[in-house]
Amino acid sequence: MSGQGQQRLNVVPTVTMLGVMKARLVGATRGHALLKKKSDALTVQFRQILKKIVSSKESMGDFMRASSFALTEAKYVAGDSVKHVVLENVRSASLRVRSRQENIAGVRLPKFEHFSESEPSRSDLTGLARGGQQVQACRAAYARAIEVLVELASLQTSFLTLDEAIKTTNRRVNALENVVKPRIENTISYIKGELDELEREDFFRLKKIQGYKKREIERQMAAAKGFAEEKEAEEISLRRGISVGAAHHLLEIAAEKDADIIF
Amino acid sequence: MANRPQIPANNSALIAMIADEDTVTGFLLAGVGNVDIRRKTNYLIVDSKTTVKAIEDAFKEFTTKEDIAIVLISQYVANVIRFLVDSYNNPIPAILEIPSKDHPYDPAHDSVLSRVKYLFSAESVASDRR
Repeated sequence: MSGQGQQRLNVVPTVTMLGVMKARLVGATRGHALLKKKSDALTVQFRQILKKIVSSKESMGDFMRASSFALTEAKYVAGDSVKHVVLENVRSASLRVRSRQENIAGVRLPKFEHFSESEPSRSDLTGLARGGQQVQACRAAYARAIEVLVELASLQTSFLTLDEAIKTTNRRVNALENVVKPRIENTISYIKGELDELEREDFFRLKKIQGYKKREIERQMAAAKGFAEEKEAEEISLRRGISVGAAHHLLEIAAEKDADIIF
Repeated sequence: MANRPQIPANNSALIAMIADEDTVTGFLLAGVGNVDIRRKTNYLIVDSKTTVKAIEDAFKEFTTKEDIAIVLISQYVANVIRFLVDSYNNPIPAILEIPSKDHPYDPAHDSVLSRVKYLFSAESVASDRR
């Protein structure tokens, strides 16, 4: 883990790059906060749906029991042959569902709603001879059961979709928090370190050059001074009719001749 | 995000059924049944003579058809093809396990409900950690 966290992006350590990295860090932080909020919103929704699913699963049992009982009643009154009539009379569905989408924090959740396309006129005659009322009651009971089942189905699809969405969002949040942000921070500190070092190097170089220049100037000054003194001495000796060089020469000759000469 | 399942905005979709005769009869009476031109029904009546293969085929057919939004399946039928029902993960069509008349409903077997229960317990643990 620590080895993974110490990674940094492969960039050139420049001031421009530092600015870019800082902008990216700001972006990553903001994205992280937003995704965190999204994840929270989805989780709230998710828990509501969980509770609704559990309660409507229970109520579905009641409705199914009621409709089964209604069917038994119908069969008792209208005779067992009613189911053959029903099975034979199937043409096209009059009770259908339509789906639409609901948007929760950028996640599209499907919602089903049932609707009757046409009046169930064909099977109206079912049980005309006897037990018509029971058959109608049975139909109503099953229609109610369908209502509950459709609602449950939309809850269930929302549940699955939200589950997936929450997983993805959490993965992104964690990736931003644990991978992207540390990496950018490492890069920024790396660039800062490199820039500091460059600055120190530059400073040192400037100091060095300054010292060198100072010494050079002193040397030149000294040389110029020496030259000026020499020139002065020569002028003085020229005025006396003998050059400094000749005087030196004379002195040297005299020193060779006589060692006792003292100035 | 490419792997997010697409949700078709259907204006009119069917409810398919795999159940015993009585349950199917009831729902047909309510007007759910549909027979297309090729005499294909959107329901399967399961009795003692129906093979597992037939149930599997019907389940696969209903879950892949585009005009079906919800598949109702009796729980004892779902238990027969439990591996298929559990491995099914798409949001649409939604698989609903319904109780049947002569088999008591057991919430522990319901694939979605068991996940719900699991998440309930997992979330209470996860909320402590977060």
